[in-house]
Amino acid sequence: MLEIRDLTKTYKTGDKALNNVSLSVPKGQVVGLIGPSGAGKSTLIRCINRLVEPTSGAITLSGRPLTGIGAGELRAMRRKIGMIFQEFALVERLTVMENVLSGRLGYVGFWRSYLRRFPAEDIQRAYRLLDRVGLMDQADKRADALSGGQRQRVGIARALAQEPELMLVDEPTASLDPKTSRQIMRLLIEICGERGLPAIVNIHDVPLAQQFMQRIVGLRAGRIVFDGTPAELTEAVLTKIYGAEDWAAMRKGTEEDKAADADTLREMLRLGA
Amino acid sequence: MSERDYPLTWKRPPQILTHRGWRWGLQIGFAIWLVLALSTLDPNWTRIADGWERGMRFVYGFIQPNFSSRWRDISNGLVESLTMTLTSTVAGIVISVPIGIGAARNVGPAWIYYICRSIIAMSRALQEIIVAIFFVAMFGFGPFAGFLTLTFATIGFLSKLLAEDIEDIDEAQAEAIRATGASWWQVIGYAIQPQVMPRLIGLSLYRLDINFRESAVIGIVGAGGIGATLNTAIDRYEYDSAGAILLIIILLVMIAEYGSSYLRRFLQ
Repeated sequence: MLEIRDLTKTYKTGDKALNNVSLSVPKGQVVGLIGPSGAGKSTLIRCINRLVEPTSGAITLSGRPLTGIGAGELRAMRRKIGMIFQEFALVERLTVMENVLSGRLGYVGFWRSYLRRFPAEDIQRAYRLLDRVGLMDQADKRADALSGGQRQRVGIARALAQEPELMLVDEPTASLDPKTSRQIMRLLIEICGERGLPAIVNIHDVPLAQQFMQRIVGLRAGRIVFDGTPAELTEAVLTKIYGAEDWAAMRKGTEEDKAADADTLREMLRLGA
Repeated sequence: MSERDYPLTWKRPPQILTHRGWRWGLQIGFAIWLVLALSTLDPNWTRIADGWERGMRFVYGFIQPNFSSRWRDISNGLVESLTMTLTSTVAGIVISVPIGIGAARNVGPAWIYYICRSIIAMSRALQEIIVAIFFVAMFGFGPFAGFLTLTFATIGFLSKLLAEDIEDIDEAQAEAIRATGASWWQVIGYAIQPQVMPRLIGLSLYRLDINFRESAVIGIVGAGGIGATLNTAIDRYEYDSAGAILLIIILLVMIAEYGSSYLRRFLQ
C-alpha cells in the first residue's frame, strides 16, 4: 500500500511540477499515470523513491515513511521499490547477469558486490528471473548487445531482483515499437499480477494505458484531474487532461496497430517460427 | 517569381564580424603587427654560419650513430628511464583515480570537488622541468627525483581527464543503480567504473608513453635516466653517441605508440 499525501515539488527554477498531489495505491493495483509532457508524471514517480527531493508532503509505503528519513534508511527503503526506465538505463558495458544482480546492491556489502561474489540465493534468483522474462541464454552477453525489447526485459528482471513491494515504471515502452511495447506491457502486468505488486506506470500512449491498466490517473500541470477506470476515460476527460485533440483519429491509429500485430502473428505462424 | 529570377550564386555570410569595417581593420592591423614583429628579430648571421657546421656534425652523428663505445652508459640510462616511467605511471594512476573521482562535479560534495580541482590545477600549472629542478634540489641527482616529477605530472593529467570523463557519463545508468538502494561506493563501482574504464586504460597507456618521453627531457636537468646519458654525450661533443640515444628514444616511443593504439582497439 502506497500513500502519497499533499505532495508538492517546486524546482529551483520556480517551476511547480507537482501541486498538492494525494494518491493511494492498494496492494496489487496497477495504476497508469497519463498526462501531457511536463505535467509532472516523471517528477511524481521520482519523488516516491526520492531520486527527486519533494518540497513538501508525505509518502509512506506499507506504513513506513519515505520522506523525512536519513540516507541509510532511504537506501533500505529504495531496495523495496523497483524502478523501470524509459531508455532501459542498463549499465551497457556490464553483462546481463551483472545488471540483474545489481538489483541486489542494497542487500550486499560493497566488497562482496564489487568482487561479484553474490550469495548463492541471489544468483539463483537472478537465473530464475532471467528465465521468467525469457532471457535464460543471454545471461553472459553484454547489455549493449541486446535489442530494445530484450533490454527492457533485463530492466524488469533487475527491478524484480530487489524483491520489491512497489514498482515504479517510467515510460516503459516509449523507446519500443508497437508490437514489442505490447509484449512488454503484457509481461509487466502478468508479473505484477503474479506477485500482487502495486505499480505506478507513466505512460504516453493512451490506448495502451486503456488496454492494460486497472486504474488511470490523469495529471495536468502538476494536479490530478482524473482518477478512474479505463472505461471512464471518455473524450471529454481526455480533453480535460490533454486539451482539445481528435481522439477518434488516434483510436483508429491503434486499431491499425492491432491489425498489423495480428498480421505479423499470422505471418510468423505461417512460416512456422 | 519565375525560374530565372532565383540567384545563381551564394556566398556564406560572415558569422562573427558582421561589419565590413571591422573585418578590414582587423586584417590590416594583423599585417602591420606581423611586419613590426618580424623587424624586431635581429639574427646574428656570423653565429648562424658557425653553428651551421656544429649542427651538421650533429646530423652526421645521426647518420652514423655509435651504439657501442658508450653502450654501458646507454643501457644503464635506458633501464633507469624505463623503471622511472613504469613506476611513476603506476603510482600516478593510483593517486589520480581518487582525485579524479573527487574532481567530477556530478559525484562528490562541493568541498571535495574544490580540493581535488586545486590539486589538479597545481599539478598542471608547474611544467615538468621546473618540478624536476625542484625535486633534484630536494632529493639530489638521480632517478628518484625523476620518479617524483613524473608521478606529480601524471596526477594532473590523468585526474583532469578522468574527472571530465566521469562528468560525461550517461546519468540514467547511475540513476538506475542509485534507485536499487545502492550505496555511494556501489554507484561508483557499478555505474561509473564500467562507463569510464576503457578510457581510463587508454589514457594510462597514453600517459605511459608521455612519461617515457618526459623522462628523457627531465634527465637533462639531473633527474637521471636516458636524458642524463644524452646530456653527458652532448656535453662531451660525442654526437655519434647522442645520435644513437636519440634513435633509441624514437624507436621506443614508436613502439609505445603502436602498442597502445593496438591495445586501445580492444577496450571498447
